[in-house]
Amino acid sequence: MKKMATGNQAAALAVKESDVEVVAAYPITPQTEVVETIASFVETRQMKASYIRVESEHSALAACIGASASGARAFTATSSHGLLYMHEMIHWAAGARLPIVMANINRAVGPAWNIWAEHTDSLSQRDTGWLQFYAATVQEVYDTVLMSYRLAEKVNLPTMVCMDGFILSHAIQPLEITQPGDFIPPINIPHALDTNDPMSYGNLTAQNDYFKFRRAMHDAQKEANVECRSIEKEFAERFGRKYGPTDEYRTEDADTVIVGMGTMAREAEVAVDLLRKEGMKAGSIRVRQFRPFPKLNIEGKKVIVLDRDCSFGAGGILAQEIRFHHNVPVYNIIAGLGGQDVRYETIADLVRKAKPEGEFWLGVD
Amino acid sequence: MLDDIPEDEFLYKGNTACAGCSAMLALRYILKAAGPNTIIVNPACCSTVCQGTYPRSAYGVPVLNIAFAAAAAAADGIASAARNKGKNIIVFAGDGGTVDIGIQALSGAIERNANILYVCYDNEAYSNTGMQKSGSTPYGAITTTTPTGRKDSKKDIDLIIMAHRPRYMASASSAYPKDLFNKVQKALSIEGTKFIHVQCPCPSGWRYATEKSVELGKLAVRCGMWFLYEYEDGKLTLNAPTKAALKRPAPLEDYVKPQGRFKGVDIERLQKEVNEGMGRIRDMANMDALEKAKEGSQ
Repeated sequence: MKKMATGNQAAALAVKESDVEVVAAYPITPQTEVVETIASFVETRQMKASYIRVESEHSALAACIGASASGARAFTATSSHGLLYMHEMIHWAAGARLPIVMANINRAVGPAWNIWAEHTDSLSQRDTGWLQFYAATVQEVYDTVLMSYRLAEKVNLPTMVCMDGFILSHAIQPLEITQPGDFIPPINIPHALDTNDPMSYGNLTAQNDYFKFRRAMHDAQKEANVECRSIEKEFAERFGRKYGPTDEYRTEDADTVIVGMGTMAREAEVAVDLLRKEGMKAGSIRVRQFRPFPKLNIEGKKVIVLDRDCSFGAGGILAQEIRFHHNVPVYNIIAGLGGQDVRYETIADLVRKAKPEGEFWLGVD
Repeated sequence: MLDDIPEDEFLYKGNTACAGCSAMLALRYILKAAGPNTIIVNPACCSTVCQGTYPRSAYGVPVLNIAFAAAAAAADGIASAARNKGKNIIVFAGDGGTVDIGIQALSGAIERNANILYVCYDNEAYSNTGMQKSGSTPYGAITTTTPTGRKDSKKDIDLIIMAHRPRYMASASSAYPKDLFNKVQKALSIEGTKFIHVQCPCPSGWRYATEKSVELGKLAVRCGMWFLYEYEDGKLTLNAPTKAALKRPAPLEDYVKPQGRFKGVDIERLQKEVNEGMGRIRDMANMDALEKAKEGSQ
């Protein structure tokens, strides 16, 4: 079934199709439409789930942890300060190996108050153990949420599906609604709380066992990298839409690649077309899967990384990841912070002027 | 007196509580009242440690350990999943996790009438981390962060909880296990949020001989430092030991003297606080009596 939907509505619709049992959420701009849409599904009985109207984001994720720990499928959504307020519980969900799925609508962090798109909120949760995906279209938001439940429940790690605030969360695009059928099987959490087999989860654990738990999380991230490919393959066979850890555009013969995430990386594709007309062999790579971080097809190419984020004192976070995983020089463009408009003409212009290495702040340098 | 309390044990030997820990005494009777169809949610507190170290557990029911500020919300998450219908979801949280850092999630859960029993075992300080002041620490008590005795008054969590109008709340004491057992059973028979506040004397923190936990718990009630009551549908009912204590309270010195934490306390000021507390609870109980009389005359 085709319909028109916003990114937020797409996330809510995917949650409805995923047999989620417990939703706990606190509203925050620009995420609010997700929780409002789900509330309306639940109250009009289009969706059979418990909806907990919590008093804070910390409690939203805590409630999801409680539900998930008892074996139920859980969902929450947040943004920016809400995500940061969850931070303790974000660690807890991953450490407890609970396959919760969360939509994060990327938004800048105050001060100063700014409600527009930026990736620093979710990227600052990089080291918590969550799987992280960055969508760039309404359809992709929907499909990624569906696939996330499969993946999260396969490797027992929570999954964050991120989308740019307003640019995608409020953009209306065509959406193909999928009947997932048995694509997402009934949930089965092996370590769910069981009154017939009482155990204590999360109690005091000495050094050696704690160390093993942490290693298991690391291994599960690596396993996710393999599992996700097979889930994407099955998804493509069933529903005809193909996804991978990255989305490459005109890279076959490219000697210059622009790497980015989210909607800015889609804008870069238009910049590639413009540069190709001028004779530059340009291509772009959109990183969809940020955790676990994939290998990129960039060896031997001039690499320009667009970061809608910054790790102060180090530079763009995506650029740092690429420098760590690949032995290539990186020209890092920090752009789009706080929702700064980044047009394809601007990206093309920056690529024309790009040096092999260095850092450039759009609108400042 | 304890004949009708089940012999089944869900708190095992080998738990790692301190000698004389009355929080474990309280938990033992709570679990006897709740039975095996129970899930415990435990924020960071003494009870986290008392379970023993992974891979063992001294609790005979499943436990979800959770971060400090999250217990009531996590319990609501469990209770909200349709698959857990009919199970007893019990938060067992210390006074720190309840009165201070956990109060927001607790407030939210009661407001939503989450179907949980929240038990606050109150040892009147952050005992697990070595006895620092909590919101529940009484005036004059020495803790490691009030080394010359607390200068201000404790937070009255019960009044705050009452303002939320929960379905059922009660005050209890580890020194009155049968009373606690009955209150837990009653609470678990009610749908919605229930709150039980249990005073649990702490020998290592309060600095008294380990065998005196029950004796001191009883003295707290007898001198009016702690009350036993139930609060249902807006009505407060005093239990017998507190009724007796309000008529003729035991001397405060009897309670204060055996405890190292009250060394050097201004007993007159403490007595004044105790008197004020007794006056408040008496008024609240009488208010109900007045209401009843009014209803009767109409």
